[in-house]
Order: sequence, then C-alpha cells, then structure tokens
Amino acid sequence: MNSVLRIILQRLALGLLTLFIVSIVIFTAVNLLPGDFAQAILGQGATPEAVAAIRTGLGLDQPPVVRYLAWLGGAIHGDLGTSFAQANFASFTGTTSGAKTVAEQIAPRFANTMFLAGVTAAIAVPISVTLGLLAALYRNSVFDRAANILTLTSISSPEFFLAYILILFLAVLNPILPSLSNIYDGMSFTDRLDKTLLPALTLTLVVTAHMMRMTRAAIINLLASPYIEMARLKGVSPLRVIVRHALPNALAPIINVIALNLAYLITGVVVVEVVFVYPGIGQLFVDSVKIRDIPVVQACCLIFAGAYILLNLLADILSILSNPRLRHPK
Amino acid sequence: MGERLLTIKDLYIEGRSDETWTPIIKGVDLTLDKGEVLGLIGESGAGKSTLGLAAMGFCRDGVRISGGSVDFDGIDLLNASAATKRGLLGKRIAYVAQSAAASFNPAHKIIEQHVEAPVQHHVMGRAESIQDGIELYRRLRLPNPEQIGFRYPHQVSGGQLQRAMTAMAMSCRPDLIIFDEPTTALDVTTQIEVLAAIRDIVAQFDTAAIYITHDLAVVAQMADRIKVLLKGDEVEEADTRTMLSSPQQDYTRSLWAVRSFERPMKPAVATGAQPVVSVRGVTASYGKVAVLHDVSFDIHAGRTVAVVGESGSGKSTTARCITGLLPPIEGEILFDGVPLPANYRKRSKDQLRQAQMIYQMADTALNPRVTIGQIIARPLQFYGGLSGSALRKRLDELLDQIELDPKIYRDRLPSELSGGQKQRIGIARALAAEPKFIICDEVTSALDQLVAEGILRLLARLQDDLGLSYMFITHDLATVKAIADEVVVMKDGRVVEQGEKNEMFAPPHHAYTDLLLSSVPQMDPDWLDQLLAQRGVDNIGDAAVDKM
Repeated sequence: MNSVLRIILQRLALGLLTLFIVSIVIFTAVNLLPGDFAQAILGQGATPEAVAAIRTGLGLDQPPVVRYLAWLGGAIHGDLGTSFAQANFASFTGTTSGAKTVAEQIAPRFANTMFLAGVTAAIAVPISVTLGLLAALYRNSVFDRAANILTLTSISSPEFFLAYILILFLAVLNPILPSLSNIYDGMSFTDRLDKTLLPALTLTLVVTAHMMRMTRAAIINLLASPYIEMARLKGVSPLRVIVRHALPNALAPIINVIALNLAYLITGVVVVEVVFVYPGIGQLFVDSVKIRDIPVVQACCLIFAGAYILLNLLADILSILSNPRLRHPK
Repeated sequence: MGERLLTIKDLYIEGRSDETWTPIIKGVDLTLDKGEVLGLIGESGAGKSTLGLAAMGFCRDGVRISGGSVDFDGIDLLNASAATKRGLLGKRIAYVAQSAAASFNPAHKIIEQHVEAPVQHHVMGRAESIQDGIELYRRLRLPNPEQIGFRYPHQVSGGQLQRAMTAMAMSCRPDLIIFDEPTTALDVTTQIEVLAAIRDIVAQFDTAAIYITHDLAVVAQMADRIKVLLKGDEVEEADTRTMLSSPQQDYTRSLWAVRSFERPMKPAVATGAQPVVSVRGVTASYGKVAVLHDVSFDIHAGRTVAVVGESGSGKSTTARCITGLLPPIEGEILFDGVPLPANYRKRSKDQLRQAQMIYQMADTALNPRVTIGQIIARPLQFYGGLSGSALRKRLDELLDQIELDPKIYRDRLPSELSGGQKQRIGIARALAAEPKFIICDEVTSALDQLVAEGILRLLARLQDDLGLSYMFITHDLATVKAIADEVVVMKDGRVVEQGEKNEMFAPPHHAYTDLLLSSVPQMDPDWLDQLLAQRGVDNIGDAAVDKM
C-alpha cells in the first residue's frame, strides 16, 4: 500500500501547486479586465476625486503584488475578503457591520450549485454507465445506434434550447414540474428536489453522451484482449463477460470522464441557471463580473479551479485504486 | 484406441482482409479419440490456432467457418445454438492459451477465475471448487498451492501462471483441452516444468487434448499422434514415433532439418588484439532496482558474441548500456579502445553511426507509413549525407545485399512484406550507417524456423563480406550453436560464464549453463522422461534454478 500512498501524496502536492499557479493566473486575469469597480459603479459622469476616493477606500490604489499577497494570505486563512458592492454600500450608510463577507455571499449559492450538480450526477452517471455497458454488449445493433444518435443529438443542441424543450413538454403542455427554480432557505428537501428536477434533467441530457460513449469505447477496446477471449471460451455469458471481465479493467478512463463532467456541472452551468432562474454560483459570478466586483469574481474563480483540481485528483486516485497492480504490489 | 470424441470433416475457414474473404483452412479432416493427445504442428500462418478454436466451435472476429462439420461427442458444434455451445465451453471443452499473463484477467484473483467455470456451469459449488483448485495446484506442483490462488495474476511468474491456467482448464474435468502454444512464451528451464505438469495431469484424468505448437521437439514429448499443417492444408499425419523417424513429405523433412545450420569455427582471436567493443565492469539500474552487476566482456572484429540467458537476466539491459540509452552507474564502454560517453546524447554522430541495432519485433521497429526506400534512405542521408542518384544507387546496393529486389521492394510499405522480409529491412537499415558493430536483439525469435535460418545465414554472410562484429542477444541455444563464436551466459544481471562456443557446449559447464543446455527439448520422444528421471521429480525447471 505504501506506493499507493506515496502516489496519492504526490498528486495532492501537485494539486496544491496547480491551485497556487491558478490563483496567480486568476488574479492577473481579473486585474486585466478593462475598467474597475469605482468606474463601473459611478458611471460615465464620475469626477476623478470620487473615483479616487472609492479606490482608496477599497485599497485599489495599492500595487498589484501587495494586493495579490493580501488576497492570497486571506484566502489561505479562509477569508476571501468583502465584496466591493457590500463594502461600498456599508461605507455610505456609515456602518461596517452590515457588510456581508464574500464567503457569506457565496456559501448559499455554492450549496445550491452543489445540490443541482448532485441531483444531476445521481441521475446521469448511472444512466450513462448502464447505457454504455448495454451499447457495448449490443454493439452495432439498433439499440447501440439509437443510444448513440440520441445522446449525440442532445449534446449537440445548445443547453438553453434543451431547457426550453423540456419546459415546453414537462411544464407547459404537461404541467408535471415547475418551470422556475426559485430556491430559498428553509425549503423542505422534497420541494427543493421538485424545483431542481427540470434543470437537473436538462443537464443530464448535456453530460450523458460523453460518459456513455467513453464507457462504451473503453469496454469495446478491451473486448479483443486475450482474457476476454478466455472468458468467452469458459462459456461465460456475454453480459457477465462485459460486467465482470471488461468493466473492472475499463474503470480508469470511465472515472476520468465522469470527473470531468462533474466538474463541468459545478462550474459551467450558468446558462441553465439563467433559464430556470436557479440561484446558483454561476449567476453570482456573471453578475459580479458585470460590476467588476473583484473579490467575488476571484473567489468564484478559485472555487471553480478548486473543484476541477479536486475532482481530477479524486479521479486519479480512484483510477490508481482500480489497478490491482498498484493495490497489490508483488 | 478408444471411443471417438471429436470428428472434424472437410473444414473450410476464411478470414476477412479488407473486404474480401481469403481461405485460412482448406478442407482439413481431424479425428480425436477419448484420452488421446494430438499434436498440431506448422509454421505461423498455417492455421493451427484457427483450427484449434474451430474444434471448440469458436471463431475469432473477422473469421468464419464456410464449410464442413465439427462433431463433438454427437453434438454438431457448427449448428448448435450459442447457449448450447456456452454450456459445453469451459465444462466439457477447455482452452489453454499461449500467454497466461495476458489470458488471466488482471482485475481478479487467480482462484476467482478458476472457480468461475464450475460455478457458472453448476458443476460444483464455490467452496468445493476452491478446494478442488488447491488440489489441482498441488498436482501441478505449483509452489505454495494453498495460497497461490489467492494472489493476482501479476504477482505470479509466467511459468506458474501457465500451470494455473492448465488447472483452470481442468476445473470442470473436461473431455477435451485445446493447448494453444502453452510454452512458447516461457524460458527453456520453465518450459520443462510446464510440459511435465501438463503431460501428467492430462494422463491422470484421461483427458483428450489437441496440442498446438511450432516446436517439433516439444510436440514429440507431448503427443500420441502428430498432424502437420502448411498454409491451411494438411501435409501428413502419423503417430509420433513414425512421424519423427520416417516423415513422408518433403515439407516435413525440411522442418526436421532446420536445426542443422552451423557456421564453421573461426580462428581464435590473437592475444593482445584490440576489441571493437569492450564492456568493462558495467553496473546499471532502473531507478533503485539494480539490474546489472559488474558485467564485463569483449567483442572482437569480425566475430559474433552471443549473450544468452532467460528473460530478466539483463541481456537487453546490457545492450541499452552499450548504445547509451541507459547510462551505467559504474563501469564504461570502450569502442576501439576509446571510452564512449555514457549517455548517447553526448556521443558524436560518428560514434553513434559505428554501433547499430536490429530489433526483435520488425513489425514495430519499422514506421508503417513510410516506404522501404525511405526507411533505408534515412540513415544514408543522416550519416552519409547522400542524396539524389548517389542515394538511389546505395539504396539499391543495400537491398541487393539483403537479397530483396530493389525494383520490387523499394516503394512498398512494411505492411506489404512478410515477417522475414521486414527483418531483412531492419538489417539493411542498420547496414546503411556502415557500422562496425551491430547489436542483434532476439532478431529471429519472432520468426518461423525456416525463415529464421535464412536470416542467420544472411547475417553470417554479411559478417564475412563486411567484417562486422555482432552482439547477438538470444535465449535460444540452437541459434547460439548456429551463429556464435563466443558465448556470454547471463543470469540475474551477472555474467556466470563466458568463453569460446566449443568450450561452452562441451562439459564441464557451469551448473547454470548445464541446466540451460540440458533443458533444450530434443527430438527424441523419450527425452523428457529421461531428463525428469535424471533430475528427479522435485528438481526440475524452476526448482532447479531456485537452488542455485
């Protein structure tokens, strides 16, 4: 097990290094955005004095390196700073206690996003893997082709289009599910699920094709292996050949593509959020970019990057664990 | 003999290449009685494996049975339903594949794979089958039979896996087992162990078997009857002793005669002569694992040094050190008395040119998308700076040297050549650099015996014409006998013995050399019995190696 532990620790260290580099990229990129918060909030007719006052108030007059280090230092301690919008509003009213921190602002939105991603994954992953297995089992049959065409069609259509189609059929023509996903605190789990189902179904249509096709390809790739032929020559049934002999050896690529799709579900679903008015982190991110609310933008980017890195790390570790050569060294 | 078990009549099998179907088996008849062992022999492409699988009613993808019948104990296998066939496979007809390492599923423990057939076919329960497996491992003389099944395939050596696979084939006590080259991938010392184990267990359970191999000496030990195949046709069939003593057909006789090639001995090297290549005290490792320990030997001008040993003995690693691909930790490589930089990146173009290499798998060593002419022209341009008509002339000379007609082969792709022809291209590419020294890494082991002999003769002629020195890496002692002037025997990364070929093949040997030499199968059908009697049952193959 020692070698596995060492590989995992190596990956973990590498993940942290990546996150650090990404933080620099985020900070640089965000600072390259044209205009800043003071200009955005005060509009075209702002006097230079007013702009300078807000800048000084928010620390925007400091050199970039100082601001980066301050931000990084805070982020390491879990303090992502205070939203410019909140801080500015608070300074006008003369209190600082009313200002929400970025963490407080993001937390509920992030929880909502995770909930949507979780529901989608719970539907999409089992469906894709099962479809992939069946497509491999009945490869080149009518079923295989139909599954391929359907999933490819759904991945090729724009998300908002899929969303409106689903709204048309499941909310307007047959009012089974609500078309608006206005989630708020204190909702019961079933209500929340009910409201989340339509966006989750839309996202399922978006991510299924990838995972299904990778499952199918990874398994078919193995079917020419001598050990698969051996299993057939032992009189093992075709389904058992696929599930017991091919699938365990095809796990690594499947896990990786699942992780990529889960990361997408956390970071890339802003269009679907907008269509269903779902209060997720994607909307907050876009709104903050509009008003150059840099602390929020940076925090969102950092969370997105962290999600990608963490999920890929998890996929790496699971792939390693799925390899008996590494689990059971000689 | 006894009751008829398997009858194959007038069987035709075709394989698809591109869009057309070409015949692989052309009307072969085959019969097998209960408890009988039939040896199926022929070169690659003869259709042995295809025929063996067809005896199970099985075709690989892209292969179809186009005529004839296969009758197994009254069941018409070619017209039986898939479910009926599944009911027979593993239960009454079992298969032992060439590479056990590739044919065991890496994701499951050996015993899990062993019990699958008995449990799925409802022959016995899981617990009972595990106990039976352990008993079979014991009978096959696997070390530690109680525990070995509970390991994963990659944790067990090749020879042991091959026996575990034989045990797996036996798990339902089938009436028939197809052995498809079960010892081809093994070292000679391990091969004996597996041969003895297979022969005993087949006899104990009175199982009928079809034993497929290209090695005559092996089949002579195993089979009651031998059938010779050539390009999908039967050449002849007779019981083993008759076949060995008086083969009727020319083709069979030519197979028998192959092992006769042997070059005349060269005069001994003058004392004090400068060796072309001198390996001095080389120690090397992959990461922390030391693989070579203080290896030293010389290769003189115009001579062939065969480096012999089993897989893992460090033969190819030594070649990697000489070529600079793996810089040694200690020791050095001298070329014409001058030390070479350890890393190939630091060697001059001329130093690189002087030492060339020919690989085992000509298939993978040639770029499949480039014509033969371009493959050979590359070193001519790179080292010789040739172009235009000079390049063309030299290219044609080289193709003439390797006995391929330039007009026909210059513009072909590697895929349009046979295995032996591809290996000749590998030789021409090495010659194009005009080297003094060539490393031949198992260059004949992927080839049929007749083709391999042609390659050996070519290499010998080129050496005489051009004064080349060869380092010839091989595990096959027949090849050593044919081509070597000197022999270096390696084991576990050390040189255990070295000297002139005549001295090496004459006693007294180092104990390990002796083991290697005596493990090479002989044509005599009694050879295995005599050898086992000589060594004692407990002291064959693996066990003998371990004791050293």
